Amino acid sequence: MKSRCFYFFSISLALTYVSCYKMEPGAALPDEVMDAPVEGLTTGQTQLFLRGAEEFDEVYTAATGLGPTYVSNSCGSCHSGDNRGHLFTALTRYGQTEPGANPYANTGGPQLQPFSIPGVQGESLPAGVSHAKFMAPIVAGVGFLEAIPDASILALADPLDSDGDGISGVAHWIALPSWVVPNNNAVSNNGQYLGRFGRKASTHNLHQQTIGAFHQDMGISSSFIPFELFNPNEPLTSIPTQSPEVSDGDVNATVFYLQVLQTPFQRNKDHADVIKGQAVFRALGCQKCHVETMTTGYSPIAQLSNQTIHPYTDLLLHDMGEALNDHYTEGNALASEWKTPALWGLGLAPAVQGNGYSLMHDGRAHSIEEAIEWHGGEGQQSKDLFDQLSLSDKQTLIQFLESL
Amino acid sequence: MKTKILICTLGLLTSLANAQADTTLFKRQSVDSSKKNLNMDAVYNRPFLQSRSSKVALGGYTEANWQHLGSDGVSLGHQFQMRRMSIFLSSSISRHIKFLTEIEFENDPDELLEGGSPEVGVEYAAMDMELHPLLNLRGGIILNPIGAFNQNHDGPKWEFVDRPIAATQMLPATWQNAGFGLYGKRYSKRGMLGYEIYATGGFDNSIIDNEEGRTFLAASHENAARFATTSNGQPLITAKIAGRQNQWGEMGVSYMGGVYNTTTQDGLVVDAPRKLQVLAIDWNSTIPHLKTTVVGEWAWIFLQLPHAYLESYGNRQQGGFLDIIQPVYQGTVAGWRNATLNLALRSEYVDWNVGNFHDIKGTKGDELVSFVPAVSFRPNPQTVLRLNYRYQKHQDLFRNNPSYTSGWQLGFATYF
Repeated sequence: MKSRCFYFFSISLALTYVSCYKMEPGAALPDEVMDAPVEGLTTGQTQLFLRGAEEFDEVYTAATGLGPTYVSNSCGSCHSGDNRGHLFTALTRYGQTEPGANPYANTGGPQLQPFSIPGVQGESLPAGVSHAKFMAPIVAGVGFLEAIPDASILALADPLDSDGDGISGVAHWIALPSWVVPNNNAVSNNGQYLGRFGRKASTHNLHQQTIGAFHQDMGISSSFIPFELFNPNEPLTSIPTQSPEVSDGDVNATVFYLQVLQTPFQRNKDHADVIKGQAVFRALGCQKCHVETMTTGYSPIAQLSNQTIHPYTDLLLHDMGEALNDHYTEGNALASEWKTPALWGLGLAPAVQGNGYSLMHDGRAHSIEEAIEWHGGEGQQSKDLFDQLSLSDKQTLIQFLESL
Repeated sequence: MKTKILICTLGLLTSLANAQADTTLFKRQSVDSSKKNLNMDAVYNRPFLQSRSSKVALGGYTEANWQHLGSDGVSLGHQFQMRRMSIFLSSSISRHIKFLTEIEFENDPDELLEGGSPEVGVEYAAMDMELHPLLNLRGGIILNPIGAFNQNHDGPKWEFVDRPIAATQMLPATWQNAGFGLYGKRYSKRGMLGYEIYATGGFDNSIIDNEEGRTFLAASHENAARFATTSNGQPLITAKIAGRQNQWGEMGVSYMGGVYNTTTQDGLVVDAPRKLQVLAIDWNSTIPHLKTTVVGEWAWIFLQLPHAYLESYGNRQQGGFLDIIQPVYQGTVAGWRNATLNLALRSEYVDWNVGNFHDIKGTKGDELVSFVPAVSFRPNPQTVLRLNYRYQKHQDLFRNNPSYTSGWQLGFATYF
């Protein structure tokens, strides 16, 4: 019995050791995840990326500065897997119906923070105010979008529809807060700069976007915005109890994390139906707004410089018609104008949206086909052409979009 | 003066060294193996070493393991963990009065990975005064009798390296508080019936405001102030009734409830009171002819949340575990006369957030399922070597594709 026991344990231990990795779950395929960095980072950059990843997933609490009012308690809870958000984390903005300033900017607007730390009331929507729901956008690849030269975007703009194709494309010129440093080689237009992030393209770069999200989404003050959100239901001191609630180092690490996230990979791109679907996409004129290919300019991060990418966006505003007019806007955009959302990663949206789709700016469309049907205004022509397609052509188009 | 201190210290150490050398000085107290105990007796149902000349008994246990776990393709590789070492000391102060304390050195792997440090703390320190078998007083730092695992958690008693997730994270074992209460037992030929009821310190706001981002009772472990003050002036009431039928085993029903949040500061109202209530059932039984042991626990948590609170913090949770242990060999192995080889399986489930979303359609996820098949070898009842394979699936709040964790664990636990 003694020798049997010895052999039993020896063999068990040997099998356990040998099977260590083989008995563990494998990783998802590289083209199915979005939270990986671009290839070729130095070890120092990798360390900064990991610090940013940790900050991105940090769950804030009252003790670490959350709120007092907020929308969510971590970056990762809204941008799950660095992909699009879920309906549950959609945020509400309110108060501005025309280009110009938001009349509620000093009394709680433009963003609603309905949740609060224990013992404090959340913010409620002012009675009768117009508002819109915004889904969190995909963040994978945003560093590459930031690295696209302003000139490349402006070259796509056709605000007066000079070519008569029914598609305009308007650059959103915005005034920058004093703490925002314009991008390298940014074009200035009477002191205003090009907006390219956000549903209304009302943010200039990832630094502004990140600091704004810390503040507006989580109530986290920083050295850049060193005050708390105003809550008309419970006006508190605007000075945070700890300041800054996120350090400059953590902000910069988060920005770096976002900048070096890889772009989503297209899957099955050599499949005949996907190739055919792409031809249909072009035939419908979708690529006039959802521009397939862009090239980045110089970036201090070498991996982002002069790269050809396929984001399927022109980063410009387009009038999308009355059905998508929520009578809410930001900056100089019209309420019916929306920035063309990037389509890359679209096919992986169900993986983070509860195994279904929640598309368009507020998640109202629950399939790609339904999202197309919501297109009006400048998208009306493509939508009408889509309606005239044969069933098989529609299916190949959907297959192509799902491959992105 | 320094020389005197040194001499005294050396003298003391020398005397201790002599004491250790004298193996007849301490006698191992036999643990009642008839199993005519309830879980509520677990703190005393341990192998103590009793000094022949003293009323003091001491003991302890330790557990350590190797593990190699991976989650969705990311593995930390080989991990060597000394999870905890506990020392317990009991004393019969006088007739019907006794005291027991347990001091634990604990390395929580999850906390250490997050930058935490090892904990050394008093796990239990209570005086018992027996007025009648049905009426005993207990006071000090006690283990709240919610479920069974919280009181009966010693590593060497279990065939698994990890403690049950439902018992240690959903219910926050080991959950101890300063407080007072009563307990008692009534015996009959067919079994016994016991009760416990305590008023103690309790939880705080951290259970709904923590870095887990979910309702997490175990977050209150961080609040060491609970041993000195309650967060709201209200007691946490914990009560349990348990019965053992000699043939079928033990079943217990327990309740824990009270206001958990801070409601006043300096006499000023800062928040409305919100209640936490926990209901648990536990059972353990050994099928006579097969000698199969079945141990389990299930709990439901209900709590009031602030109005319009972030829904990732749920107002209901439920979960539990079921262990099935089958001895496959009992006899002499390598000179150990009462050695046992067991096959075992633990099944676990936790729903961290029961119910539907308020503003959107759909059922909330955040559910965990795990299965842990195990082989354990006990050279004696106080020592266990265990080889586990963990397979764990977690589905997030939005019911997206689940993440998986699995891998091997090998370790030991022993009383000493």
